[in-house]
Amino acid sequence: MTSAPSKLYADDVSLLVVTLDTNPFFWTTFPFHFSEFLSQVLAFLNSILLLGQLNQLVVIATGCNSCGYIYDSTSNRNHASTNGTMPALYSNLLHNLEEFLARDQKLTMPHAPVTVPSSLLSGSLSMALCYIQRAFRSGPMHPQPRILCLQGSTDGPEQYVAIMNAIFSAQRSSVPVDSCYIGSNNSAFLQQASYITGGIYYRPPQMDGLFQYLSTVFATDLHSRAFLRLPKSLGVDFRASCFCHKQTIDMGYVCSVCLSIFCEHHDKCSTCSSVFGQAQSNVASADNRKRKAS
Amino acid sequence: MNNIAGRPLNGVVVEDDDEDEANGDGLEAWERAYTEDRSWESLQEDESGLLRPIDTTAIHHAQYRRRLRALAATAATARIQKGLIRYMYIVVDLSKAASERDFRPSRMAVIAKQVEAFIREFFDQNPLSHVGLVTTKDGVAQSLTDLGGSPESHIKALMGKLECSAEMFICKHLCQETGGTYSVALDESHFKELILEHAPPPPAIAEYATANLIKMGFPQRAAEGSVAICTCHEEAKTGGGYTCPRCKVRVCELPTECRICGLTLISSPHLARSYHHLFPIVPFVEISPSSQNDPSHNFPNICFGCQESLLSHGNKPELSVSCPKCKQQFCLDCDIYIHESLHNCPGCESFRHSKSVTIA
Repeated sequence: MTSAPSKLYADDVSLLVVTLDTNPFFWTTFPFHFSEFLSQVLAFLNSILLLGQLNQLVVIATGCNSCGYIYDSTSNRNHASTNGTMPALYSNLLHNLEEFLARDQKLTMPHAPVTVPSSLLSGSLSMALCYIQRAFRSGPMHPQPRILCLQGSTDGPEQYVAIMNAIFSAQRSSVPVDSCYIGSNNSAFLQQASYITGGIYYRPPQMDGLFQYLSTVFATDLHSRAFLRLPKSLGVDFRASCFCHKQTIDMGYVCSVCLSIFCEHHDKCSTCSSVFGQAQSNVASADNRKRKAS
Repeated sequence: MNNIAGRPLNGVVVEDDDEDEANGDGLEAWERAYTEDRSWESLQEDESGLLRPIDTTAIHHAQYRRRLRALAATAATARIQKGLIRYMYIVVDLSKAASERDFRPSRMAVIAKQVEAFIREFFDQNPLSHVGLVTTKDGVAQSLTDLGGSPESHIKALMGKLECSAEMFICKHLCQETGGTYSVALDESHFKELILEHAPPPPAIAEYATANLIKMGFPQRAAEGSVAICTCHEEAKTGGGYTCPRCKVRVCELPTECRICGLTLISSPHLARSYHHLFPIVPFVEISPSSQNDPSHNFPNICFGCQESLLSHGNKPELSVSCPKCKQQFCLDCDIYIHESLHNCPGCESFRHSKSVTIA
């Protein structure tokens, strides 16, 4: 796969794709209100569009049962004028967000989940990357793309492979993935995403000042980042989890066939059912025996 | 890069007009563009007789769909075990034949460029593998670099089991006897295609595919302010390195083998890079233009991945595809991107209660 073609115009034109965590199970237990969070995020998104006339913005909502696009600044489906009290961005986005939340809620299964379900981050990242590929196809004068994940829900271990696939694809296309994580413990997936793709991972210490953190850390375009002192990574946990107990281990055994990780020596791999220390196919050896016998 | 271009052949000095072009001196940049990139050849006439560049997107899409159909026909529904830990030696021919100019600017330059791209692609798809380089010249083979896991050390590299000139009997015989593939490249783009075919992991041969449990270590990344003497360069280094979990020495990069205790050190993203070979996504199925407008199917006619409209001018539906599991509609460009680079179906990932396979 070829990497991104070199840009031919101004360095500071960006395409920002934001994935917004709307998981209701997370927001009801979080001390900060979703509406206050959203008002600060909307001000930040508006400032992105004001920083440059050619900047593009796309917002994807990450729900607990589905993901969907809720705003695209280049779309001609936006209402053209403001209604006088707020910018067009706000009214469009809020309208689409309400519709998305209603649809998402309808998809909830009747029985209540035992643990707080994670949001579908892998889906939003995949959609964001498809949109960015479309931007690359628009010709040599495309803006510089990047992804910003506003996430609060915990990592869902069932999404591990899909998120890693998305991260590697972003790395190959040179698309940095920034993360602004507001949950309680650090998210290992987002830390790895930002480390591998060259983005920034930041956990704001105070939610009241969220707009300030967003506009100083995440608003600048990729070219200008070289001149700023942005938060450094405080260490990334690259240790693997064993498939049997899901605990992080620093030394383990890896199956050579399927690359599953185990913490102790087994006779048989539980993922691919291959028996260790013996040739895979018994059919070939059986045929040999038959031929020798006859 | 070896410069054999100036040496006389068979003791006779050959006057070579092309020499200046290869060296780049004596020619303006605009003149060089004509010698190397014949842009006037990639034009065609449209129906009114006007010239326009060849539209390759339709050809590209058609080629992709044909290749996918061929793959689907041959691949069984059962998972093919793939060789994920590979050891590959690349043999390069550095003899006088490599300085021939039938590939622009010379065979040597084309080979060097394509093999560098191949090595990067190889390590991207096979992070646990090792590559070594061997050069042949004047009937003598010399090992250039040993088996190693870091792509940078192989970037002075040269060739694969490919031939740029006519078939060589001995190479063909070698390939036939060992069960490998032999190809002759016709031009630079064909060469690039042939060499990149070797990058993805091949199906594993059943008799040799013994499953083994390999002991590996997963080091943590050290804090930015720590100082230690690293074992690879044997000098003091600050910040950003990894600590071997068994013998606690510092190494600079992963994947590697600890020089002190011999433990293979790797990080979980390296293993995760190969997981898409084990959990591949199903190919998408085409939607005929007639059923796209059919209201009973309820197709939104917008690509689910990139939100591009699937109706061309005049509301005529273009060719689109859909995922057999989540039934979402995608455009052909997203189809190619999803299957070649992303390896996730956005539709299956975006719906919690769809019938997609989830990996624990």
